[in-house]
Amino acid sequence: MSSATPRLGVLASRVRFEEKSILAALERRGVACEQIDPRALSVRAGSPRTGPRTVLNREVGHYRALYAASALESAGVKVLNSAAAAAVCGDKWQTTTALVAAGLPTPETVLALTPEAALEALEGFGYPAVIKPLVGSWGRLVTRVTGPEMAAAVLEHLAALPSPQSHVVYVQREVAKADRDIRALVVDGRVVGATYRRSDQWRTNVARGAVSERCPLDPELTRLAVAAARTVGAHIAGVDLLQDPDGRLTVLEVNDRVEFRGLQQCHGTDIDAADAMAALLIKEGQA
Amino acid sequence: MSQTLTATECLECAAEVPWENDPRVGEIIECPECAIELEVESVEPPRLVLAPEVEEDWGE
Repeated sequence: MSSATPRLGVLASRVRFEEKSILAALERRGVACEQIDPRALSVRAGSPRTGPRTVLNREVGHYRALYAASALESAGVKVLNSAAAAAVCGDKWQTTTALVAAGLPTPETVLALTPEAALEALEGFGYPAVIKPLVGSWGRLVTRVTGPEMAAAVLEHLAALPSPQSHVVYVQREVAKADRDIRALVVDGRVVGATYRRSDQWRTNVARGAVSERCPLDPELTRLAVAAARTVGAHIAGVDLLQDPDGRLTVLEVNDRVEFRGLQQCHGTDIDAADAMAALLIKEGQA
Repeated sequence: MSQTLTATECLECAAEVPWENDPRVGEIIECPECAIELEVESVEPPRLVLAPEVEEDWGE
């Protein structure tokens, strides 16, 4: 390893399985890498920055990740994923509009600018339907509303929240699906692997205890996952898809700082998600 | 980067928290006795702090 400042960096405050695996993969490849803790990061706008020139963004907090990417880019650093990709992936409405504009299948969605307008939109969908926060993760506050009384109560709670963003309501038609969804990991335009996430709850987040099982890749799944990642400008993406009873796939969301512990564990040594990301970081650092 | 196996003390319950599997700065370790989350602040010397609470926008 060189004693000079590493040209590559990994931005992370909380070092989980994923970050640890990526750092280990870089070490196995003999590449010097600086771990940058965003809790100690400040960047002068527009001034060239010393330190790594290419940074993998693994910050767990959305806003800190978004603004760290933007700040580093303003100082001439290449960030994976870019701030633009993080802005699209981190906001469900921005993701939906990007997917729709690209002609990719995604559940029918309405953005209601007030809770009252959301209630009307829900009448149009019929029940059950799903209300989601614009920004959020691990399935938190995602609510399946089964009828108008429940919808009115949920929307009344949203209206009472202090954040103006909470009053803008993302409403989605529920997609009939099995007790599972699909997570495909895309790195550098290629699907590394995919899993079914199965749960006896309707939310199938691994963070909520869903179980990961291998999902075989087929041409349509591969095509959609790669297209979804490209559409949001993500070099690395966790693409979530649903499959309806007729087998049709829809893209639900795209995650820019993908967690892959479940996927890696159920594929064993057949794939190496962390190494694929390390290889991408090295390649982009040389570009 | 191999580390010497050692142990440090839980800030909550004073149990010994084993230092295993090549710990890294920022890694979260759960205390084997009280289950509180601890963050590795320093590897050499080994130093733990209480891990931050999960914030609303954490996750993927």
